[in-house]
Amino acid sequence: LKVINCCVWDPSGEIFELKAELNSDKKEKKKEAVKKVIASMTVGKDVSALFPDVVNCMQTDNLELKKLVYLYLMNYAKSQPDMAIMAVNTFVKDCEDPNPLIRALAVRTMGCIRVDKITEYLCEPLRKCLKDEDPYVRKTAAVCVAKLHDINAQLVEDQGFLDTLKDLISDSNPMVVANAVAALSEIAESHPNSNLLDLNPQTINKLLTALNECTEWGQIFILDCLANYMPCDDRESQSICERVTPRLSHANSAVVLSAVKVLMKFMEMLPKDLDYYGTLLKKLAPPLVTLLSAEAELQYVALRNINLIVQKRPEILKHEMKVFFVKYNDPIYVKLEKLDIMIRLASQANIAQVLAELKEYATEVDVDFVRKAVRAIGRCAIKVEQSAERCVSTLLDLIQTKVNYVVQEAIVVIKDIFRKYPNKYESVIATLCENLDSLDEPEARAAMIWIVGEYAERIDNADELLESFLEGFHDESAQVQLQLLTAIVKLFLKKPTETQELVQQVLSLATQDSDNPDLRDRGYIYWRLLSTDPVAAKEVVLAEKPLISEETDLIEPTLLEELICHIGTLASVYHKPPSAFVEGSRGVQHKRLPARMGAGLGVAPAAMPASLGGAPAVGGGLGDLFDLGGGVGMPTGSYVAPKTVWLLAIKAKGLEISGTFARRGGIIQMDLSLTNKAMSVMTDFAVQFNRNSFGLAPAGPMQVLTPLSPNQTIDVSLPLSMSGPVMKMEPLNNLQVAVKNNIDVFYFSCQYPLSLLFVEDGRFYRQVFLATWKDIPNDSEAQFQIKDIHLNSDVASNKLQGSNIFTIAKRTVEGQDMLYQSIKLTNGIWVLAEMRIQTGNPNYTKTNGFRDCMQKQMYDSTSVVRFSSK
Amino acid sequence: MIHSLFLINNAGDLFLEKHWKSVISRSVCDYFFEAREKAVEPDNVPPVIRTPHHYLINIYREKIFFVSVIQTEVPPLFVIEFLHRVAETFQDYFGECSETTIKDNVVIVYELLEEMLDNGFPLATESNILKELIRPPTILRSMVNTITGSSNVGETLPTGQLSNIPWRRAGVKYTNNEAYFDVVEEIDAILDKSGTTVFAEIQGVIDACVKLSGMPDLTLSFMNPRLLDDVSFHPCVRYKRWESERVISFIPPDGNFQLMSYHISAQNLVAIPIYVKQNISFFETGSSGRLDIAVGPKQTMGKTVECLVVTVHMPKVVLSANLSATQGTYNYDPVTKILLWDIGKLNPQKLPNLKGSLSLQSGAPKPEENPSLNIDLKIQQLAISGLKVNRLDMYGEKYKPFKGVKYVTKAGKFQQRLSEWLLVHTEV
Repeated sequence: LKVINCCVWDPSGEIFELKAELNSDKKEKKKEAVKKVIASMTVGKDVSALFPDVVNCMQTDNLELKKLVYLYLMNYAKSQPDMAIMAVNTFVKDCEDPNPLIRALAVRTMGCIRVDKITEYLCEPLRKCLKDEDPYVRKTAAVCVAKLHDINAQLVEDQGFLDTLKDLISDSNPMVVANAVAALSEIAESHPNSNLLDLNPQTINKLLTALNECTEWGQIFILDCLANYMPCDDRESQSICERVTPRLSHANSAVVLSAVKVLMKFMEMLPKDLDYYGTLLKKLAPPLVTLLSAEAELQYVALRNINLIVQKRPEILKHEMKVFFVKYNDPIYVKLEKLDIMIRLASQANIAQVLAELKEYATEVDVDFVRKAVRAIGRCAIKVEQSAERCVSTLLDLIQTKVNYVVQEAIVVIKDIFRKYPNKYESVIATLCENLDSLDEPEARAAMIWIVGEYAERIDNADELLESFLEGFHDESAQVQLQLLTAIVKLFLKKPTETQELVQQVLSLATQDSDNPDLRDRGYIYWRLLSTDPVAAKEVVLAEKPLISEETDLIEPTLLEELICHIGTLASVYHKPPSAFVEGSRGVQHKRLPARMGAGLGVAPAAMPASLGGAPAVGGGLGDLFDLGGGVGMPTGSYVAPKTVWLLAIKAKGLEISGTFARRGGIIQMDLSLTNKAMSVMTDFAVQFNRNSFGLAPAGPMQVLTPLSPNQTIDVSLPLSMSGPVMKMEPLNNLQVAVKNNIDVFYFSCQYPLSLLFVEDGRFYRQVFLATWKDIPNDSEAQFQIKDIHLNSDVASNKLQGSNIFTIAKRTVEGQDMLYQSIKLTNGIWVLAEMRIQTGNPNYTKTNGFRDCMQKQMYDSTSVVRFSSK
Repeated sequence: MIHSLFLINNAGDLFLEKHWKSVISRSVCDYFFEAREKAVEPDNVPPVIRTPHHYLINIYREKIFFVSVIQTEVPPLFVIEFLHRVAETFQDYFGECSETTIKDNVVIVYELLEEMLDNGFPLATESNILKELIRPPTILRSMVNTITGSSNVGETLPTGQLSNIPWRRAGVKYTNNEAYFDVVEEIDAILDKSGTTVFAEIQGVIDACVKLSGMPDLTLSFMNPRLLDDVSFHPCVRYKRWESERVISFIPPDGNFQLMSYHISAQNLVAIPIYVKQNISFFETGSSGRLDIAVGPKQTMGKTVECLVVTVHMPKVVLSANLSATQGTYNYDPVTKILLWDIGKLNPQKLPNLKGSLSLQSGAPKPEENPSLNIDLKIQQLAISGLKVNRLDMYGEKYKPFKGVKYVTKAGKFQQRLSEWLLVHTEV
């Protein structure tokens, strides 16, 4: 570490001298002295001892002197709170000054003095300044609210400053609007659910107007705020896009990227066959390309974001491959990002160009970059099948250079190419074998050994080659040892006669002389297999391998959607959701892209996104409920849906997870099947849930006691509790899960049936049912029709009881059976229902009312209740 | 928002700090120093560094690291743009942005930083407004100040601050009214070893120096506006008029500013003004090699290429170079392995040539890394894209201004890849 250059401050002479100068009668001398004090302060010297003397200079009509004293105050008030009080009077007086510059300066400085005692005195002047006639003062005061909130949030709320701030969004001056938005956004970050920025079409219109007239920085705040809005329909979405598009031509790249975020998000709602959709796509490319000609640091952030954009919408930049070509003097962080994007854009159409470039990069000086370039060639081969042959020959050319690290990287990727295209390129094995001696990195050695073992029957001297590795067995890394063990066993199975000695040697090395339990276990397993059942051994060891996935490095789609909503932020630089790393933002809401509307669908209410997605499910779920195949007359227990695949193996390095939810005897369980479709053993499983609407959380650790071997599946039942942290999700029953194993952490999301949450004691008091029913306001009511159910009311009632939906009362009116039912959710919310069944009519009408008896709080009526029972 | 700023020089000395919220200990910079060490070259320090409690976003300009500290989610581009703006403001105020000038003007620097951000929110970043708030130091004024005791801080609210045109102050008056526009184009290109274009584009800017009295409303039009693939404008430009009529209509800020920047990526339009022929060989027998570079004009549109400099990054094994240049001077730096050949003006009658021998580390094999060659040049009175300003009109004021347009083309990131080392078998 470098030692920070510390200046030694000699307190004896200088402070004393300055003190005298500060107390001088001459104005000029005073000012010069304050300047000297500030100069010392900026380089980190401690001049706090001069506090009273500097504060004494504050009452002056010289603006420069006043500013300097303010600068000093801001720096040292914290360490001298009692002294700082001395300054309060002057501040209050300055807030009344006829010069708006001084009024603004005073309120601004006061907010920067982070001393509790001062904040009390700040409230009155701040209130006045928020309503000042001069917009310069108002805009300064808006920021001051954010400052004060940072020091004392409660005070700001009690004093009603948040409401005043909200009013400023409608201010006539665009700069005031921008600052109010900025201040509110900052405050909202510490209150994620506070709904401070209540966006509706009117406020959006005001923001869009201010957008055209405010400063570049204000534009960034406004655009970032707009991005949080959910338009009502595709028409509104389009009109916002139209008004935001001119920002793409702004000179400030942060404005451009924020505009890109808004457009990327809102175009999600536009029908794809709309002409405007195509126009918008075309408009996005040039500004993104222009970002790449900015300074290197800007390029880096732009590239990280473009990486997301090309994954979401590859069509935008598919013709712009060349702008990502690496220049010799690009900083390394830019080079690596460009390389990554080149691979993502690689296609049959441009692969020749890409390969020529990659080959060029492989002769560069920077070793890290060269390695990445060689790997990239391998990724191209796997991604674009037609190019595989050309990639292999390029790699062979590179191997001929004999540059050590190039050869090693090339061998590692050729192994992957063999896996992807078996029995196609084995003719190159001879060339690879020539380079055996130069390999000194474990990954390359392991790859080479794998190749020799896999194609042992085609390599005449495979036994000699493997034997040569065996000499230094104990000096090899675990990765190489394991690979060597497997390769020799493969060799033995293919050529049993000549290699008996070799296999015995490796088995004894692995089982007797090794400290590594993985190696020993694998050795024993092979040993037993070979000695008991050679045929089975052949089936196991030489089994056909699953193909490797095309692109293992794509970002998981739900995460990608969330990151698209966060374009331009730190999250987009790290490619992680903000909740994963931003400190102090407790309970960040996960943002989702809006759903696309059908072209002719027209208007749907914006406030009900959940019901939009969930509505069809209600019908479907209820259809299941009255399935005729079920037992008649008996409660059948809660319905358990069959397992569905939640995590695809190609997205999780070979781990496939499917599962379902069940409620058994009052305990909620998540039933999982874990399948290992990778080549190596998986261990150390653990599971975690993100915050969710009902606080579902694992009640204990996931019990996977034995390691999961390739091609093995195990079933696990994970009991869940309801004691986890709560955050409203959309849809309401969405659950985001992280599963960890020894390889990596994987994320997926799934949806649980709401009936999972219906508790066993959900029988409402019969006496008060009717009264409660009448109390429920209309807007907490929902009505559905359930079609094509051929059950009588008793059977239906019995079936529902299996899912903890209890019939409280029944009456028959004019040939209609009316069932009154109740459900209680795990969080104490009651749902009351009335079901009308007309005998002979297969369509039921069901009215639900939601009531939270515990908290006297109305339940969000947009939520979807999904009944499933069989 | 932006919490703090630290300025650190190339030697790793932290020489200025500024906090806009609470004070953050400078020990947070240890994470930066760690990254700095790891990056080896100062250019390679990653712009965003994560620490347990903060994020450090930094830029490297004029041998100074501007390291900002943020604590909550802030758009990194916003921070980077702002930091560049700080560096530009220093440049604007002090003539250069260096450790010495910053230290010499530390109080003004502090006042500027205070004026540019409030609580981490940008306050005044327009040069026109800042200069009204805080006057830049001049030798004359500092003399006058010491005599009369007047200040360098403006006493009134900048007039532009709240008008609809915040970039312009009111009451501007000149005796000579002039408006100059410089069309500056830079060619970014990668050429392969035979000189064929792999990739080329033009980055153009129009810098303006407008000294006009009152509130002039200007309109600038091009002969061929369709050439431009992407444009970014100064906030003063009315975007709607550009969209509908392809003219640039604006009320200019007072003084120097960048009116617009543009981008031309269509490759067939990018003319390559010179060619480079090179030959580099390696003698199998001894630790030596030969280098031969010749430069000549290609598509110069009849103009002269000036300030021509060729830079070659040699592989590590090249110890020294013994060359002779028919024009200009050359220098080989054995530490950075950079060969620099300053040619000057390119004379089409007598093409410059640099050739001679290279001495290599003894016993070293033929280098695998191919050298790469960067070119710097300048062509006056030419916009290589062919972009031409048609006319400039002024409305809103009665006087007749003096108008001028200048064109210049430069090399941006212009590089040619060199062919592989030629292996020469010499008979002993």
